[in-house]
Amino acid sequence: MTAYIHHLTYDFYNGLRDRSLLLMNYLFPLALYLMMGAFMGGINPTFLETMIPAMIVIAVMTSTLLGMPNPIVSSREAGVFRSFKINGVPATSILSIPVLSSLLHIVVVSAVIALTAVPLFRARLPVHWGYFILIELLTIFAMAAMGMLIGVISSNGRSTILISQLFFVPSMMLGGMLTPTSMLPAVMRKIAWILPASHAMNAWRALAFDLPASSNPFWSMLILLAGGLIAFGMAILLFQWDNHNQQRRRSPFLAVFAMVPYILAVILLG
Amino acid sequence: MDDLVIQVKDFRKTYGGFKAVNGISFEVHQGEIFGLLGPNGAGKTTTLESLEGLRQADSGSLRILGIDPARQPNRLRDLIGVQLQSSALPANMTVSEAMQFFCAYHRVRPREDLLERFGLGEKKKKQFRTLSTGQQRRLALSLAIAHDPRLILLDEPTAGLDVPARVELHELMRQLQSSGTTIILATHDMAEAEKMSNRVAILLKGKIAATGTPTQLTASGDGLIKISVASESSCLASNGDGIPGVRRHHFEDGYSLFYSQDPGPSVSYLLDYLKAHHDRLVDLRVERPSLEERFLEITHTNPTVGG
Repeated sequence: MTAYIHHLTYDFYNGLRDRSLLLMNYLFPLALYLMMGAFMGGINPTFLETMIPAMIVIAVMTSTLLGMPNPIVSSREAGVFRSFKINGVPATSILSIPVLSSLLHIVVVSAVIALTAVPLFRARLPVHWGYFILIELLTIFAMAAMGMLIGVISSNGRSTILISQLFFVPSMMLGGMLTPTSMLPAVMRKIAWILPASHAMNAWRALAFDLPASSNPFWSMLILLAGGLIAFGMAILLFQWDNHNQQRRRSPFLAVFAMVPYILAVILLG
Repeated sequence: MDDLVIQVKDFRKTYGGFKAVNGISFEVHQGEIFGLLGPNGAGKTTTLESLEGLRQADSGSLRILGIDPARQPNRLRDLIGVQLQSSALPANMTVSEAMQFFCAYHRVRPREDLLERFGLGEKKKKQFRTLSTGQQRRLALSLAIAHDPRLILLDEPTAGLDVPARVELHELMRQLQSSGTTIILATHDMAEAEKMSNRVAILLKGKIAATGTPTQLTASGDGLIKISVASESSCLASNGDGIPGVRRHHFEDGYSLFYSQDPGPSVSYLLDYLKAHHDRLVDLRVERPSLEERFLEITHTNPTVGG
């Protein structure tokens, strides 16, 4: 346990020390928050109703989908995991600690957003804080597990960017952060269920803000939980200690199993 | 045997169609420093990494203290210390954090004294990426021995080290050996292997081409002792035939070099020859072949080992 805490402490401080992680964890989401707060309220007043969760989802995505995969790939390429392996650092620590440290960074950013969005932009506060926090934890878990899985299956830094953007860009457009998903065309609304961000926003709107939901918010929470568990399980299954010893490597295409809950959501939800 | 630390039997490892290790067997006993020598691609690193549990043998068996490193790696972690040839730490991890981090996973107190000993005392707050190659290797060494392992595997440990650090490492290896620690030393540095190892194995193209103590190996070649003679008028330069015991000779860089099976009569004859020709002796050296010369001899006479 002492080793785990040492590792977590190091990883948390590394998120502040490493410039690219600092950018992904804090600078980019907070800068975007200030920019969106300044402009979006004027363009779309309904944005302010869900500004707090929307900006938190963006912070979660930058920290996890964009920030987490690359250090996994570069550590594997540089032989860091080999050093870890021969010194008894378990794969579960390597995979779970970045999830926890990302959670801590996101909680700090979320607190900044939640505390300043009302005085700065007259954003709406959640009505039910318990649901708000629970959904945030589920969202972080689902996206961090996804980010970890992307890092595990990517063969190099370029692939991490490509795969991460496959989630990030559509999430920004269809995830319900900038406009409610109910305003999307029917086909796009259905496709949007393949994104964790859509489920997070759906659950938040209904359960934390008492706003109309596009679908049953508890299904959204269940999908986030199932997606996170499967993605984390697949990350453990597909994890490689180094790039040189791949004879027994399982196919990275197995990672698509992590999408099963979201695909079911596309099929089953309205 | 009770003191058997490493037992390798008919170990084979192939990458694609390339036979990296092709059926090697050896044993290492407690308190030995065992040198693994060989040119690049000979199979040294593959052998070490398989012993460390980083790779799995295609066939044959490897045991460290009776443990199969591929099947039971967790049982080995506190028993072995490893300095990888291509080891790395997280770029932003400081020296002090690295010591605390790895000692925590080995459940021992951080060994700050080792950092001082390896000249890293003033670098504790420096991040790994800012250290020089030599400092990074010294840190890797400190981490490898911090938990007092029973077996230490060192892959090119002195590469990138300056002379004082190299001397310090050799002294430390002797101390560890005297306390019963077993050391596997993979190196290109023949002088280091000859000086430090109790026994060595020379790997060539995935097979053991020769094994034994450095003295046994150097004596097992053509057995010729090198006699180097420099004189004022170099009268011996073209007169090497008929000298007792001398099998071959040539002239190089001002020295007449004679390779003799029986150096006593050869030297005596050479001194008499100089006196008879009124030539004055400048330098005379009698040397047994070094491990490096023996190594070169083996690599040249076994070009198809393992092929």
